[in-house]
Amino acid sequence: MSGYLTGLCVLLALNTIAAYGVYLPMAAGQLNLGIAGFMAIGAYASAYLTNECGWSPIVAIGAGGGTAAILASVIAMPILRTQGIYLSLATFALGQVICAIMLNLEVVGGAAGYPVSTHIEAYVVVAVAVLVVSLVSAMSTTRVPIYLAAVKNDPLVADLLGLNVKALGVAALTAGAAIAGIGGALYAHYFNYIEAQYFGVMLSTYTVLYVLLGGTQSVLGPIVGAAIFTIVPEALRSSSQWRYAIFALFIILFMALRPQGLITRGLSRRRRQVAGQSGTAAS
Amino acid sequence: MTMLLSIQNLSKAFGGLEVVRDLSFDVQEGTATALIGPNGAGKTTVFNLISGVYPVTSGRIRFRGSDIVHLPSRYRIKHGIARSFQNIRLIPRLSVIDNLLIGQHVTLKRTLDVLRPFRLVRGHEWIRAARAELSAFGLSEYADEPVDLLPYGVRKRVDLIRATLSSPSVLMLDEPAAGLNASETRELHSHLDILKGRGVTLLVIEHDMHFIRSICEKVVVLNFGSKIAEGSFEQVRRDEQVREAYLGVEQAA
Repeated sequence: MSGYLTGLCVLLALNTIAAYGVYLPMAAGQLNLGIAGFMAIGAYASAYLTNECGWSPIVAIGAGGGTAAILASVIAMPILRTQGIYLSLATFALGQVICAIMLNLEVVGGAAGYPVSTHIEAYVVVAVAVLVVSLVSAMSTTRVPIYLAAVKNDPLVADLLGLNVKALGVAALTAGAAIAGIGGALYAHYFNYIEAQYFGVMLSTYTVLYVLLGGTQSVLGPIVGAAIFTIVPEALRSSSQWRYAIFALFIILFMALRPQGLITRGLSRRRRQVAGQSGTAAS
Repeated sequence: MTMLLSIQNLSKAFGGLEVVRDLSFDVQEGTATALIGPNGAGKTTVFNLISGVYPVTSGRIRFRGSDIVHLPSRYRIKHGIARSFQNIRLIPRLSVIDNLLIGQHVTLKRTLDVLRPFRLVRGHEWIRAARAELSAFGLSEYADEPVDLLPYGVRKRVDLIRATLSSPSVLMLDEPAAGLNASETRELHSHLDILKGRGVTLLVIEHDMHFIRSICEKVVVLNFGSKIAEGSFEQVRRDEQVREAYLGVEQAA
């Protein structure tokens, strides 16, 4: 595989992982605008562990996800006291605070950035992305997505039906942070260099857009959104300076024509019905 | 007959507004009790106090003998207190079966069952149980429909079945017949007859007097948060205070 294609695959894998980090809390009604902050935590924690403590990269990447998850579970209680737009603002502020701390933390290089000593190959990044997609797909066959939909749409009814609304919210936020942390850690060890500025507002915003464009109703939405966002700008690269304008137009048209996202529950239901009908016709 | 639910000197105030005042009544196991009264009498607030939506201001709610006023709302359905809602509150965009699966939650044996990939199993027992309950009430054709697309009367009964799947001892119904046409009301009637046949205790808020007369053995009448009468439908109908509350003092005089 050419270096360019490998780079594109890694980018797609990283974007997909980040998208699922946003998707899980969103399924519980939390619009997390601070996902880049959790990625930064994972990236810096794992980089510190390989650089300074000599951990093997795989263990350090896992620990990076764990650190992000621990932070999320601690911060979840105050954040989940807010709702809707205020919850988004709180996560946005959290992302900015983390970014600012990393920018000023001399032990991890501060504004000069932080080189990472150990390198992982592209296939590791892709393999972890496949693992994340498989895990989330497996989760979609359990009661979890239905419960999260209940918590998102009607927390009072969910509570009266016996669901632990708070625990489900914390779990969704924490699982999303763990995935994002692992994504950040993979980024650090593939590119061997991280700087705080990278984990800023743009990264969080783009990641949320992958999920919104792909659709939040189906587990396939985030991966489709991430793929479009990764591949379309590359395909437009030949048109040089116009590509940003064309891409912006593409996003606006997309939101106008399909506000519910590309992949919806109705779409997959229709496909199943068609498959079922052709199955009965054959038998 | 044993006492299932006992409301004792229950009061609820929102700021200075006392919406339930020193209310006491009992619900016998296996019976159907109606809670009636003019709009704003505090009927739905009583339901909200029993299901734990609001903390009580004072008084006791005894269920099977023990006071539940301090029991967090989400544990009450596990103890056997389930309810339906006046404005149907099914989870939108989910199918009927998925909504019913939520109702089953408290019957799960282990917490980890939540993570069981049951959709990979063909005809899983949870799905079978939900489908069986749907067909027991003649609604199996709607199993895979998204709830948003169902007729109003069907949605009301799906809301009921969702509550029933928690195997409740007492089911509180907030205006089940409101907005239903004649045939839907008949279907609801036979739906409730099936539940009564199973021994489920019913507590019903309703304005349809024919409906109450045919379903409920006992009627409790509220006005301005206080109980003004209690007894059989015929006893309550002859009560002077009840006539005044419904018809106004001048007409009654």
